[in-house]
Amino acid sequence: MTTLQMYMTVTLCVLGTQLTRWLPFLLFSGRRTPPLVEYLGKALPGAVFTLLIVYCLRHTDVLGGSHGLPELIAMAAVVGLHLWKRKLLLSVAGGTILYMALVQLVF
Amino acid sequence: MDAHKLRRALRAAFPHTIPIMVSFLFLGMTYGLYARASGLGWQWATAMSALVFGGSLEFVAVSMLMAPFAPLQTFLLAFVIQARHLFYGLSLLDRYRGLGAKKPYMIWTLCDETFSINVSTDPPEGVDRGWFMFFISLLDQLYWITGATLGGLLGSMLPFDTAGLDFIMTAMFTVFLTEQLLKEKRHGPALIGAGAAVGCRVLLGADSFMIPAMAAITALLVLFRGPIERGLEE
Repeated sequence: MTTLQMYMTVTLCVLGTQLTRWLPFLLFSGRRTPPLVEYLGKALPGAVFTLLIVYCLRHTDVLGGSHGLPELIAMAAVVGLHLWKRKLLLSVAGGTILYMALVQLVF
Repeated sequence: MDAHKLRRALRAAFPHTIPIMVSFLFLGMTYGLYARASGLGWQWATAMSALVFGGSLEFVAVSMLMAPFAPLQTFLLAFVIQARHLFYGLSLLDRYRGLGAKKPYMIWTLCDETFSINVSTDPPEGVDRGWFMFFISLLDQLYWITGATLGGLLGSMLPFDTAGLDFIMTAMFTVFLTEQLLKEKRHGPALIGAGAAVGCRVLLGADSFMIPAMAAITALLVLFRGPIERGLEE
């Protein structure tokens, strides 16, 4: 990616984000919100995290290499830690440190 | 406007933001470290924190900056990741009415944490409500920028091997997903997200599955609107 493309990538992130922040105020300040829009506003966030996890792991090769085992173990640790203490920073830090240990020392 | 009024509003707003200060400074620093470990200069972490100001997307943006240029995917992904703001905006239409010149800044910096305070908290008697909500917005953004900048600056001094640090993004989204699954009774949207994403990734490959996956998610959400909407209302 060239530097110009990097600036454009950040700009597009800003535009996509700002659109979600401004649309309700620009479109619906005076009028009633269409039910479909209201529904998507509620339902989309629920689908986003699974999509993002798949995006994060898109280069993980389950058929070769370490078969995604470090990822699977570390994610299980994140969920376990989170069910146990319910502290965002602890779960994220614990899982990440475990993952770094796994890819640097074990796999 | 007089300085006295501003000071009162700031003093009333600050205590509400203390928990956010702690979490934003830490998470922001983590973000700066991650951006740095991925090969970006600290200026990128600072600029994205100020301009994008959305944790999840900023992490994903680092990953996208390291991948081949994909403008349409970048824009659509930004919109989908941040789509929850649509819902926040709808809930704030009334509360943000009539705030004059403060309003554009408050819309520009609307985030989960600021929303959660501004939608629910009224300032004490005698404190201007507009300036109170403005300072909530401002303080939250400053915490995040400060954290990210510190992380970016410290990132070059890390004394250990950072291989695997990028897992932090996966870990963060895994926590958000866990929270969400605990909170809701039915998991229609999460299942649709997982199914569409995994299906498109397997069929289309790592570099071109995101746009079809986002389209499939939207289509499936519309298709199964009836049962999902009943699930959301329970």
